[in-house]
Amino acid sequence: MGNVVLKDVSKTYGGTVNVLNDIDLQITAGELIVFVGPSGCGKSTLLRMIAGLEKITGGTLEIDGQRMNDVPPAQRGIAMVFQSYALYPHMTVRDNMAFALKLAKKSKEEINEAVEEAARKLQLTDYLDRLPKALSGGQRQRVAIGRSIVRDPKIYLFDEPLSNLDAALRVATRIEIARLKEEMPDRTMIYVTHDQVEAMTLADRIVVLANKGIAQVGSPLELYERPQNEMVATFIGSPAMNLLPGKITGTGAQTEISLDDGGKAVSHVQTEASDMGKTVNIGVRPEHLEATDGEGLFTGRVDITEALGEVTLLYFETVGTDPALIAKLPGVHKDRRGQKVTMTAAPEHVHVFHEGQSLLYR
Amino acid sequence: MAPALQGLLTIVIGISVCVGYFFGSNLLLDMLFPPRGPKAGRNTNIANLIRPWLFLFPALFALGLYLMYPVVETLRLSLTDRIPGGGYQWTGLSNYTQMFQEPKFWEAMGNNLLWLLVVPGMATIFGLLAAQLTDRIAWGSIAKSIIFMPMAISFVGAAVIWKLVYDARPEGQDQIGILNALVVWFGGTPETWLTLPFWNNFFLMVVLIWIQSGFAMVILSAALRGIPEETVEAAIIDGANPMQIFFKIKVPQIRSTIMVVWTTITVIVLKIFDIVFAMTNGQWGTQVLANYMYDKLFIARDWGVGSASAIVIMVLVLPILVWNVRNARREMS
Repeated sequence: MGNVVLKDVSKTYGGTVNVLNDIDLQITAGELIVFVGPSGCGKSTLLRMIAGLEKITGGTLEIDGQRMNDVPPAQRGIAMVFQSYALYPHMTVRDNMAFALKLAKKSKEEINEAVEEAARKLQLTDYLDRLPKALSGGQRQRVAIGRSIVRDPKIYLFDEPLSNLDAALRVATRIEIARLKEEMPDRTMIYVTHDQVEAMTLADRIVVLANKGIAQVGSPLELYERPQNEMVATFIGSPAMNLLPGKITGTGAQTEISLDDGGKAVSHVQTEASDMGKTVNIGVRPEHLEATDGEGLFTGRVDITEALGEVTLLYFETVGTDPALIAKLPGVHKDRRGQKVTMTAAPEHVHVFHEGQSLLYR
Repeated sequence: MAPALQGLLTIVIGISVCVGYFFGSNLLLDMLFPPRGPKAGRNTNIANLIRPWLFLFPALFALGLYLMYPVVETLRLSLTDRIPGGGYQWTGLSNYTQMFQEPKFWEAMGNNLLWLLVVPGMATIFGLLAAQLTDRIAWGSIAKSIIFMPMAISFVGAAVIWKLVYDARPEGQDQIGILNALVVWFGGTPETWLTLPFWNNFFLMVVLIWIQSGFAMVILSAALRGIPEETVEAAIIDGANPMQIFFKIKVPQIRSTIMVVWTTITVIVLKIFDIVFAMTNGQWGTQVLANYMYDKLFIARDWGVGSASAIVIMVLVLPILVWNVRNARREMS
């Protein structure tokens, strides 16, 4: 078990500052769900409310059908891993992991067994008698994870657990968390991050938080392929999706859009006759743009090129559209710099947003 | 010249001399080893070796004159006796043996030990308690200011205040001391608290605890604030109750600060003088080492034994001081 249900959950500080509003979310047992969003969107606050470290000021939180709003953190069946590891600096690795079990008055044998088992899983057996200060960042984070494991909670909460690690270690620990999840298929994990690579690689489902609410919930590829609004469209994927303003000039199974800068676009998105003439933004990911000799979405002078080896990023000179349009072409294209290039994209890669919302969803 | 003007002039001259010294000495150094020309690199290195000592010299000089010299001189005095009519003679350790045979000295040693056992511990505990309890409440900073305020009062001032608290009037008269007023109100008979043998020591200690708790609170409060909030939150999730969080998570994390506070107050206690001098002057079994020293030096005018007792105090303080400095350094690194 480990079902989490949030109903109309909101958070207000001091009765006036509203940070989260009417969050509705159902998390099924065994899911690994990731909260992402721009900084300050309240993703950590939401996690801390589930943990019981922040008071829920509106709505209800249920875990396995039981209302948890006023249940103390230790009795919610959760464990939490913090960004700063939050290890007890005066205790050895063993004592850090055993602390919760000692408080729960478990027998010595039981505690030892749980600690040794967790240490084995996380390759910490050799470090059990060290103090946290004698460990590297990655080892510290593993101890923090071990401290959660020994309690065998129904729900694991991760608050940006990899943010304090360097790039290589981040990848290694990320894979370790994924493996851990596989070993415990019935345990729920809720993971907060601002790193979309972590979100895309780890999540069963991603919750994108923005503007005090949920912008979209879905599997990583769903969010990438069918973003519900401009916010999600530009947040997921790197570099961000290009947005070009225009008007709908043809409706039906495919939609035709004439762009304000002169280009023409065809999208696979279905529209109705009543949509004719609506002002929209089309969205195309940089990796879906390709150079063409014929008519395209836009023509622009390449301002800067960034050759990354496998791909080359082209930054176009901006003529009023801000931020700069970006294309990601496979291979090396340093010679494109300064050239005028016309870019186009296949209809199935052209998204259409009206007033910020995708026309795919209605 | 008016005294105020004299004072002002002294300040101006003093500061000018200080500024002049630092400016002039550095200028001279740069002239002797100019950081230019063919030997610029070598000169800069030499000048950099010498420069710290230019800044250290005034402090070293003052410490030597006002600290090291008196220590050496006191040691010399403790080994000599004054010859009536002028001059002195070496007497070896006779001042010490004479002192060790005096019951009053051992009374002072015993009382100092008692102070040592009670005051640093109690002041630290009260300070820690006040720091923790005032941490999360809205009027905490006001409470802290009030608890800290006795620190601003001189020991003698505090002694006078508490002398009034312990004041005793003959039975039947109105009691102006609050302690006796309370005792009478509850139906007891007034007591001259400061003459109660043995217990009067504790009435004196209360004064120092009252003063030092504020000091302990301020230092420990800062240390408590320095504890990472996440470790406390992790403990909450691990199921610790407030008591367990305080004793198992918070206190161990500030242990070295607690030790610094404890040893600092210990050193103050070993030197305690003003409170005893102003309240009982060592009568009724309340003598302490520093007051004993004062009695010998300035009342009995016995240089030898007075200096010997001063050396005893220094020998007792020194190890604690060394340990304290080490602790404080470890804290900083």
